[in-house]
Amino acid sequence: MNQRCAVIGVGQTHHKSKREDVSIAGLVREAAVAALEDAGLDFSDIDAVVVGKAPDMFEGIMMPELYLAGALGAVGKPMFRVHTAGSVGGSTAIVAAHLVANGIHKRVLTVAFEKQSDSDAMWALSVPQPFSAPLLAGAGGYFAPIIRSYINKSGAPNNVGMKVAVKDRLHALKNPYAHLHLPDIDLKMVEESVMLWDPLHYLESCPSSDGAAAMVLSSEDVAVAQEKTTGRPAAWIHGMAMRSEPTMFAGRNLMNPQAGRDCAKDVFAQAGITKPRQELDCAEVYVPFSWYEPMWLENLGFAEENEGWKLTDSGATSLDGGDIPWNCSGGVLSSNPIGASGMLRFLESALQVRNMAGDHQVPDAHKALGHAYGGGSQFFSMWVVGSDKPE
Amino acid sequence: MAAEETAQGPVTMLSTPIRLDYNFTAGVAQSKSLRGYAEGRFIGQRCPVCKKVYVPSRGSCPKDAVATTEEVVLPNTATVTTFCVVNVPFAGQSIEIPYITASILLDGADITFMGLIQGIAPEDVEMGLRVEAVWVPKEELGPTLASVKYFQPTGEPNREVSTFAEHL
Amino acid sequence: MSTPPPRQGTRPVAIVACAQSKSERRIEQANEVELLMPVVTEVYANAGMTKDDVDFICSGSTDYLIGGPFSFVTALDAVGVWPPKAESHVEMDGAWALYEAWVTLQEEGKDVALVYGFGKSSLGDLSRILALQLDPYTMAPMWPDQVSLAALQAQAMIDQGLATEEDFARIASRARHNALSNPNAQVANEKTMEELMKDDYAVAPLRRHTLPPLSDGAAAIILVAGDRAYDVVDRPAWITGIDHRVDAHAFGARNLAESRSTTKAAENAGVSAGPVDIAELHAPFAHQEILLRRAMGLNESTVINPSGGPLAANPLMAGGLIRFIEAANRIMDGSANRAVAHATSGPVLQQNLVAVLEGAS
Repeated sequence: MNQRCAVIGVGQTHHKSKREDVSIAGLVREAAVAALEDAGLDFSDIDAVVVGKAPDMFEGIMMPELYLAGALGAVGKPMFRVHTAGSVGGSTAIVAAHLVANGIHKRVLTVAFEKQSDSDAMWALSVPQPFSAPLLAGAGGYFAPIIRSYINKSGAPNNVGMKVAVKDRLHALKNPYAHLHLPDIDLKMVEESVMLWDPLHYLESCPSSDGAAAMVLSSEDVAVAQEKTTGRPAAWIHGMAMRSEPTMFAGRNLMNPQAGRDCAKDVFAQAGITKPRQELDCAEVYVPFSWYEPMWLENLGFAEENEGWKLTDSGATSLDGGDIPWNCSGGVLSSNPIGASGMLRFLESALQVRNMAGDHQVPDAHKALGHAYGGGSQFFSMWVVGSDKPE
Repeated sequence: MAAEETAQGPVTMLSTPIRLDYNFTAGVAQSKSLRGYAEGRFIGQRCPVCKKVYVPSRGSCPKDAVATTEEVVLPNTATVTTFCVVNVPFAGQSIEIPYITASILLDGADITFMGLIQGIAPEDVEMGLRVEAVWVPKEELGPTLASVKYFQPTGEPNREVSTFAEHL
Repeated sequence: MSTPPPRQGTRPVAIVACAQSKSERRIEQANEVELLMPVVTEVYANAGMTKDDVDFICSGSTDYLIGGPFSFVTALDAVGVWPPKAESHVEMDGAWALYEAWVTLQEEGKDVALVYGFGKSSLGDLSRILALQLDPYTMAPMWPDQVSLAALQAQAMIDQGLATEEDFARIASRARHNALSNPNAQVANEKTMEELMKDDYAVAPLRRHTLPPLSDGAAAIILVAGDRAYDVVDRPAWITGIDHRVDAHAFGARNLAESRSTTKAAENAGVSAGPVDIAELHAPFAHQEILLRRAMGLNESTVINPSGGPLAANPLMAGGLIRFIEAANRIMDGSANRAVAHATSGPVLQQNLVAVLEGAS
């Protein structure tokens, strides 16, 4: 970062399984307008628009940002389209933030979305390719065997995943935008749900959602001015990083990928954090399947190897009394507009340090992590935001 | 294309069936593996730098970014490193649920691939299960992984997880 | 050496090494990894670098060309992102990947970037695939093909008195002639304008020679920030100006015979701030060269598409990046001092990127 960069406005849609009331353009505009209103700006104030979403086949539109240029007020401006698999919402935010932090633009609108109901993501993820056996059944079919390996290696009790599933859905009850609101959620309900990809129950998996997320990122001078105009604080970026590794190679650690560890190390070094569990107030981490909470607790350095499940088990990651609440918004397990899911993590971390998260606010949160991952957990993007300007 | 419209309400759905046909390119390295399937055997490739054996090979070592050229013929026997039981129906599925997909580590290979396990009750499958490939009848063999009907237990004792931990 | 100062950003960034595959109608022997790997290997060799020298990697490609999700993921197997690297991907032409890399290199400590783009047009029916770029509710359901849309644009130019069919043929004739000296070109021959005018119409007013070939291909570039560029090559191609803009999507909302986005991008890139020796324009259809040239205000002294341009070779998702390569090569070999590279994306030039490349004086 050459210059300071802040989040001065955020917006998201109400995430649902089908948003039949809006077109794709209507969906992204809903989030973009909300973010601009929060920032106290108008489309005409924006210098550039950065759009992110997961594979185009999810909606059946090739490069949909081209058709969305008008709806996003991008006509006559630079418009950019990022696609880094499931991590895309996070990397889109980082690409947008680089435009500000590296001194190219002062006000950048970034938007990510998925309208899963317009096509069939499960089909798009498992398109039968010639010459290969048609075995993969969506993302769950890929991740469930890895989860089994983790349970075996760590010696975690079988119900830790279910505890995550319950905790994140309890959090979601405090977030009006969340897709899943399950007031009666408890371990029994999770256990009695269908075993979709043994060892993963239906309720240990993320839903399919329509939804969009948007943020306005700005330079320091604009952020300070808008804080005065709107009376709402900015969230300052203290560090951001991306890392990738190959999908498969001999000796790859699938449970604890090196790219995730390196990315966390980089982003924490930038933010001056040495003990994430102690120095961060909360984290929004991409957990699409329950067991990825304990796995990422280890990967991101919140816990030692094979100890992540103990944090979950003890309630440390709960908004209700935990010392390091994870996914206070309900997380990906409660809302999953795939392309936007990563940006929602980044956005929610900004809301927390702005103290604007409403019922799911962590009291006095000053520093938070936003995290996204994608592909066969080989793409990572992360940022740390704070309520104070970075040094 | 079908659009439903009422005098009062807005149009909320417009269906546009999309059909696109593709000629898939297997490439040189993958073609070798595919021809192997047509002969009822597994052919992998060794990385000249790290000496690891990839099967099927896509033509490069993803870690060292060098072309893999040395061919390695691998046996039918393998170990299930990990697995899941698929119980979810989805569009385009061709196998009856529930079924077991497993990460298969062929003996002598350094990378796993996804395979179907049969001939054992799902609740009896464990990590480390020893299996062997069952090929379709000779006249049905073709240049596709579908030539492997499934993997079935060999009856040998399971391998200790610690002996293949680096493949998890 | 006096490095020319950049108009955008604070840190000068240069193209120091390039590589591209030969464009072919159908590369059946290589999948995406096998297509890309020799190109990436060559660009590292040209730069005298290895994968370990690179601080950032960015690529451009699109899933719909291959018909499966995540085409960029397997392509990474050709690059060697190990140990893990800072890496990103745009669902855009590789030229925009170069833009992202240029932004990233503005940061101190990030000095070297690998950029690549690849595409195989031979796998599917491009005229149907590209129809999926259109408004999904009002246009895509009618499956308009890209040649017909380009013909609408060409007709608008003729109707507004901006060009004639003979002009289109003259451009195609020159492109094919220039391509004779380009070993990577696909369409190269000597045909006069008069001969080409005997071609049938593909879609009137576009005759066959005004269309780009369908190409498979890949391209890669190494960018270096600051004086380190001089360690790699005597005469780096410095990016002194770069900008990109998008126009409205709906054809009714813009005059198809002009390109406001190109004009604005060219202004911001500083195209008119000095003489332009050569310009590599990503004009897949012959008439678009006239349109882009006017939009940028390039005069007769500028040599257009000395490589033959997209009329000679047009691998989707690499075509724009190849314009950077062709322009940069002419700076690096000293045959040009100031060059323009242009890339386009979307139906009938909806989105445009313009850069000025200069050698040190």
